[in-house]
Amino acid sequence: MQVEVRVFATLRRYLPELGIGEAKVMEVAQGTTLDEIRKILGLPADEVKVIMVNHKQAFPEDPVEDGDRITYVPAVAGG
Amino acid sequence: MARKILRIDMAELSHAYEEVPAKWGKWAGRGLTSAIVAEEVEPTCHPLGPNNKLVIAPGWVSGTPAAPSSGRTSFGGKSPLTGGIKESNAGGLSSQKIAKLGLAAIILEGMPKGGKWYTLVVTKDGVSFESAADLMGKGLYEVDQILWKKYPNEPAVIGIGQVGEEKLSNAGISVNDPENKPGRYAGRGGLGAVMGARGVKAIIVDDSGGPGVEIADMDLFKTGRKKLTDAITSHDLTKPAGGLNSFGTNVLMNIINEAGGLPTRNFSAGQFEGAAQISGEMVAEMVEKRGAGMTGHGCHPGCIIKCSNIYPDENGEELVSCVEYETAWALGANCGIDDLDYVAKMTRECNDLGLDTIEAGNTVAIAMEGGALEFGDKVGALGLFDEIRQMTPLGRILGQGVEATAKAYGVHRIPTVKGQSMPAYEPRAIKGIGVTYATTPMGADHTAGYTIAPEIAGVGGKVDPLSDEGKAELSLTFQAATAFVDSSGYCLFIAFPILDIPEGWAGMAESVAGVTGMEITGDDVIPIGKEILKIEREFNARAGFTAQDDRPPEFMRYEELPPHNEVWTITDTVLDEVYSWTNGK
Repeated sequence: MQVEVRVFATLRRYLPELGIGEAKVMEVAQGTTLDEIRKILGLPADEVKVIMVNHKQAFPEDPVEDGDRITYVPAVAGG
Repeated sequence: MARKILRIDMAELSHAYEEVPAKWGKWAGRGLTSAIVAEEVEPTCHPLGPNNKLVIAPGWVSGTPAAPSSGRTSFGGKSPLTGGIKESNAGGLSSQKIAKLGLAAIILEGMPKGGKWYTLVVTKDGVSFESAADLMGKGLYEVDQILWKKYPNEPAVIGIGQVGEEKLSNAGISVNDPENKPGRYAGRGGLGAVMGARGVKAIIVDDSGGPGVEIADMDLFKTGRKKLTDAITSHDLTKPAGGLNSFGTNVLMNIINEAGGLPTRNFSAGQFEGAAQISGEMVAEMVEKRGAGMTGHGCHPGCIIKCSNIYPDENGEELVSCVEYETAWALGANCGIDDLDYVAKMTRECNDLGLDTIEAGNTVAIAMEGGALEFGDKVGALGLFDEIRQMTPLGRILGQGVEATAKAYGVHRIPTVKGQSMPAYEPRAIKGIGVTYATTPMGADHTAGYTIAPEIAGVGGKVDPLSDEGKAELSLTFQAATAFVDSSGYCLFIAFPILDIPEGWAGMAESVAGVTGMEITGDDVIPIGKEILKIEREFNARAGFTAQDDRPPEFMRYEELPPHNEVWTITDTVLDEVYSWTNGK
């Protein structure tokens, strides 16, 4: 199944081939978790503060589903 | 030498130094501006009339040696935009210089006879009242340059633009940055019009030879300062090359968009297809590509976070500082505009004319909704600022902000609370910030209780933004902590590291205790903040505010917001609980 992954801000250095806001489309097995995808992508655990799936908060142990839109979020705030 | 209050009477063109009365002795920054306004300003007065005052106060630690990121100045008065009490604070050069002159506050009162305009020059020797005739009608970029040429020692310049001269309700107060550019704004609530109503175009603050800030317990101050500095420099968000330093506050654009909470086209959707084009990452890319401007710019001396930027134009010339998240959202996503160059050009217009960018962007969006131009019409949007500059009838309406413009165009979808428009977070997708917008005494204001930290960023805990549960208590806690930080002189952004690092929280309190001699620990932060909130709520109650003023806009209750398709569901009863502990409704 396929999922799409986006990373922003300081996490972009780990996927430098992606433009700003561009998604990486990945083929993953049924039951793959968000934490496993993070490891595949080489994103350090301590730099991922929040994970979103389909615009909602999610957790590392959550399994993904076909077509999910996944975002790994580093430390951000401001305004 | 104890701190003094400098009272400036514009009717008599006189000034006097007063001892800080015991009742105000504990206050600085926002706590002091609010305490003075609550006591000296009749809550039912007209904000532009002779009975309103502008109070300017540095925070507790401003002007002390190496207190990190501590250059915030609080401006207070009765707001022409909300009709309630207002505190709006800014970075720039003013806070540390006012503090080093030994001043707890400057109170500006009265109105000059004969409609004359003045530049006030505040030094260790007192105040001189100089004609501002040569500055009238000029924008702040020119005003700041003229005043630095005229006065020595690179002083702070607190100024208003043409919008403040005309006393329109979206007039902000600018403070110059270390490069003497305008743009560090006490933007919200129209306090620039209150300054204009005193007949003051600019205030020069030169601290040369001033007595400096007295520190009651240097060892305690140093201990607290180190803990706070360590927290700021070790947290991923605020450390050198961290999120804020690299991308500025606009690091949020893509993230809030992913959360479905980015108000788009006048709060009609929670996602903008052009978010990436106006994001902090794009600002950094433009700086690199054009080989000009910078990220990691400090808005005041001694800032160690440095979240500001200088945005370059297509020719590699400096265009504006700074493209903040709120600004890029207001003039970008909320207007359907995805061109960062146009966002930056409009930001420069706001900085020059003396407009709050949040209210200005929302106003343009309302004009778009009303059919004056199409969403996404960047050329037309930029042209609206010419209307304001020329003070055409349309420009005057736009200068009054969102509610006046909505009436002029027959728009009923109006994203305001207490007359002030909402910033860059959608209450239907991020519920806690909606509670803050609804209940803060300031009118819709994200900085008043920034629940975004736990709701979106996982800072200070992790809370589901879409859930209604616990949001009243969450908002109140953030509102109280904010009132304390706004009184300290520290930038509110120190809150992010110290919410996660307890030693930093304690250090902030200890540094304040060290300067003031007050017995304050981390446990006192929330109770002291609540004292300030109580003062502000009670002023608003006396001004005529009721529980009905603590409500989100009607359309958010019945209009579903994509992508979550949520409406506002937190009940009025819950909203009323937030401040049930005060008498101020």
